[in-house]
Amino acid sequence: MPRELEELASQAFEELDKISDPKELETWQIRYLGKKSPLMQLLHSLATLPLEERRITGGRANEIKKALETGLGKRREALKEAQIAVSLQRESLDISLPGQPIPLGRLHPITQILKEICDIFVGMGFQVVEGPEVEWDYYNFEALNIPKDHPARDMMATLWIDFELETGDREMLLRTHTSPMQIRVMEKLRPPIRVIVPGRVYRHEATDATHESMFHQVEGLAVDRNITLADLKGTLFEFARCLFGSERQARFRCDYFPFVEPGVEMAIDCIVCKGAGCRLCGGSGWIEILGAGMVHPDVLRRVNIDPEVYTGFAFGMGVERIPMLRYGIDDIRLFYSNDLRFLKQF
Amino acid sequence: MKVSLRWLRDYVDITLPIKELAERLTMAGIEVKEMQITGGTWENIVIGEIVAVEAHPNADRLKLVTVHLGQKQLTVVSGAPNLRTGDKVPFAYVGAQLIDGHTGEIIQLKPAKIRGALSEGVVCSEKELGISDSHEGIMVLSPEAPAGTPLADYLGDVIFNLDVTPNRPDCLSVIGVAREIAALTEQTVRLPQVSYEESTEVIDSLASVKIVEPVLCPRYCASMIIGVSVAPSPRWLQQRLLACGMRPINNIVDVTNYVMLEYGQPLHAFDYHRIAGRQIIVRLAKGGEVITTLDGMERAMTSDMLVIADAEHPVAIAGIMGGLDTEISEETTAVLIESANFNRSAIRQTSANLGLRTEASLRFEKGLSSELPLPALKRATRLILEIAGGKAAKGILDVYPGRQERQPLLFSTVQISRLLGVEVGTDEAIRTLTFLSFECQKTGSSEQISVTAPYWRTDISNCADLVEEVARIIGYDKIPATMLSTPIPVPELKPEFTLREKLRSIMVSCGFQEVLTYSLTSLDMLRRVSPDSQLTTPLKVANPITKEQEYLRTTLRAKLLATLNQNQRYETGGIRLFEIGKVFLPQEKDLPEEREKLCAVLSGPRSELSWRDQEGLIDFFNTKGVMENLLSWLGEEIKFDVSEDRGLHPGKRADIIVDGIKVGVMGELHPKVSEAFELSGTTYLIELDLKELLPLATRLKKYSPLPRFPGVIRDIAIVVAESASYQQVKNIIQSFPPVAKVNLFDLYRGEQVPRGKKSLALRIVYQAPTHTLTDEEIIKVQEQILDTLYRELGATLRS
Ligand SMILES: [Zn+2]
Repeated sequence: MPRELEELASQAFEELDKISDPKELETWQIRYLGKKSPLMQLLHSLATLPLEERRITGGRANEIKKALETGLGKRREALKEAQIAVSLQRESLDISLPGQPIPLGRLHPITQILKEICDIFVGMGFQVVEGPEVEWDYYNFEALNIPKDHPARDMMATLWIDFELETGDREMLLRTHTSPMQIRVMEKLRPPIRVIVPGRVYRHEATDATHESMFHQVEGLAVDRNITLADLKGTLFEFARCLFGSERQARFRCDYFPFVEPGVEMAIDCIVCKGAGCRLCGGSGWIEILGAGMVHPDVLRRVNIDPEVYTGFAFGMGVERIPMLRYGIDDIRLFYSNDLRFLKQF
Repeated sequence: MKVSLRWLRDYVDITLPIKELAERLTMAGIEVKEMQITGGTWENIVIGEIVAVEAHPNADRLKLVTVHLGQKQLTVVSGAPNLRTGDKVPFAYVGAQLIDGHTGEIIQLKPAKIRGALSEGVVCSEKELGISDSHEGIMVLSPEAPAGTPLADYLGDVIFNLDVTPNRPDCLSVIGVAREIAALTEQTVRLPQVSYEESTEVIDSLASVKIVEPVLCPRYCASMIIGVSVAPSPRWLQQRLLACGMRPINNIVDVTNYVMLEYGQPLHAFDYHRIAGRQIIVRLAKGGEVITTLDGMERAMTSDMLVIADAEHPVAIAGIMGGLDTEISEETTAVLIESANFNRSAIRQTSANLGLRTEASLRFEKGLSSELPLPALKRATRLILEIAGGKAAKGILDVYPGRQERQPLLFSTVQISRLLGVEVGTDEAIRTLTFLSFECQKTGSSEQISVTAPYWRTDISNCADLVEEVARIIGYDKIPATMLSTPIPVPELKPEFTLREKLRSIMVSCGFQEVLTYSLTSLDMLRRVSPDSQLTTPLKVANPITKEQEYLRTTLRAKLLATLNQNQRYETGGIRLFEIGKVFLPQEKDLPEEREKLCAVLSGPRSELSWRDQEGLIDFFNTKGVMENLLSWLGEEIKFDVSEDRGLHPGKRADIIVDGIKVGVMGELHPKVSEAFELSGTTYLIELDLKELLPLATRLKKYSPLPRFPGVIRDIAIVVAESASYQQVKNIIQSFPPVAKVNLFDLYRGEQVPRGKKSLALRIVYQAPTHTLTDEEIIKVQEQILDTLYRELGATLRS
């Protein structure tokens, strides 16, 4: 009996090694480990054998059964592996074929940059507010220390609305800057005030590569006790670092805007020449980014904020210039001609 | 404003390198936009003194010239006819760049032997130096020119092109800029001589001045010179004018322009003998008066324009331009020089109304000091006497009704630290302000000083102005950068921003490209979007730049469709565009309502051309899908109702109703509109009104618990009359409570169903919150549904 058993086992292992088809594996399993297989029948008939023989034969038979089962498991695993390998090889694609086109939407580059700018200031505790694009002369000029016949009006050629008051005065206009919102905000809110105002502005200007009749600005205003030009500098330098990178240098120089005093122009070192002087920066090494200053005491008085108690700073920047610098765009008109070949680049 | 460095040096010592000086001026608020070096760099060219002129041994027409160059002497060959011992001349060493006198090309000077004699350089003509076209002889410099000095140091100049801000008319002058430089470099200014010898003839006996409008003319000064010879100005004067961009005319006019550039005070010279009645009257023009100005233009005056008149008629438009009648000509022998102060607004208005801006009006309209006319007039009189000869009448006519005392400001350094965030000591503040010619006096208090601005600083009116003065002179770079330390205000909620962002992100995720179009458009464009309908009159720009930008948009559609059209020329795939922006709706006696809208247009293939499944063209239901995406997050039922929108196809348009409110419209573009915008293919359009949407968007949402028991899916197909809408079918099915969801997954018309009918295949999900529904329960509900469908719509189950 044991000899037959050994022969059976070696025969089974031999066959198992040759199997390459999972179906044959099933047949093999039935033949050698199935209920009617000699091995299983032997194990069933053990009870009829004498005790000693039962112990010896039974022990060995169980060993063989375990070995066969293990062998089967391993073989099954190996076959599965082989099969996966084969199918992986067979199923490979030409991965260079184009993907299924899914229409992709994008935000306009100006929307993107406005969000970027606003997010930086929101992080510094500023709140975003918006205001009307069609304004009264009072808010756009008068309340900002730019009365009629003030030469500063030359700096902002105005588009007037065909609308006459009873007095015959033409007072309605397309705002030339976002600064009228300084007045509207201060009329409504009391210090502490910390707002930024993004929006469209308009100028009576012939368009060319660097001039548009419509563009965007972001205005900023902070009013409270103890706000200083140093705070303005810190706020704007931090903003410049966030927007243009920490390696950028920023500088303040004296400039004039009728509604601030002292007045400031902020510039960053030229992105192209890093300050050495080139065509982009007109040889100066610096690029003007925005105008700013301390809110003029007369402006504060006009909105009933006591300039002896409160101080504030304000700033205003052109938005289009920023993506123009960042991406090397050389024509501002591209933004509002909305050619998809341009817009899809952002 | 162009300023010559050489001219500036007359009044102030330049102690900084030029580039650094330009930088300091720029930082202090006088921006140097450009620096132009005139006379070339003239490298290797110095001033030489001719010490000997000898005949050339081998050539009759050439000379051997020995030139003393400070440290050494060199002998060169020259053929110039004007070689004279003792003359100072420009000398170019070998290696210098010169302009060839014959060909005009730039050449580099090489060592040369001319007819056997070694020449180690050349003496130069004006043409060779690029100064003028003269090549007849060598250029002769003035006798005091120092031998050995580089020519560029002696003759060359740097022209600063300055951007002077409108608050600083005082810097529209050489002296003004010199004062700035002096303050920045702690130097003092040397003012020119203004005194002159007067004759015995008293000016009052020769002319009179009367100011009728003292508000418009706070001061009028005049001097007179008799016996002048009108001729071209001397070369130095002409050169200075040219360097500053002004054209020389004659010595009298040139002096008035020169002094305007020097002092910033516009002056005007009249031919005294042409002033009728020897009277100067400053008055408003009378209706119908006409004056021919110096530029030869005949100009009609209106009664709000200030003029300078003689006894008969206007002889000048005050502060803007003189008249041709009293112009200085070659026959002029006596001149009356005007130096006056005019009201800035009046000058600006007249100048704008006449469309005539001059160097004079540009200065007056910025507000000049009424103290300025007198020194400028004296200076001009002195210069005319020097240059044009004649005798000055005794005294000056000076009518000064607008005299104002300059008020001192009480200033404290606390104001500096309060505004700047940096401490500046009282002594430093005084020192800085004093360099700017402010008069500072200590008061009883240790911190307070009394500060009086110099008369030319008309821009100083309060202490913040003084703070800026101190800041810009000590330098803005000295101010530290600190972060705001004040409390952050409590933010106000801005639901309209949230809504806009939400809609934007949905549009982008639906494959739409955002565009931003002009707010201004033409009436024609606005009309095109809505054929056959009455357009409410949009707001009109009174002074449009172009006809295309004359009206404020009342709809986003026009520009969006035009943008679609433009892009159809290049794009081969489908185009999906959207804009969120304001339309401007006029209101009675008020600013317009600025209403935010979303508009989207889509057209063309659903996807790019691809080797994969072809999906066909964008249609109504693609568009509707976008609309459903836009609004589904509201959590409210969206109704698509019959629309009357005239810009859309009558059979393919829908009003969008949410909770009984019309929030927008969608549909296929009306073929007429499509044609008007020259669009190819069929275009679909979506429009939402953000104002209407806002209250719905801000409703507080309530969470609904996740279902605890699974839904059961059943598909049915029904046959129903064409006249029944899907919405009707869906409404009936959804009216039965266990129905959680209905999806239409097939719509069939054709042989398999009777004529006039359609087959709808529907997937219904049944779900109960309390238990898993049993088959019996579902069958029962489904029977009720089918019953109702049959009763109300005649629908039958398709077998
Ligand atoms: Zn550069």
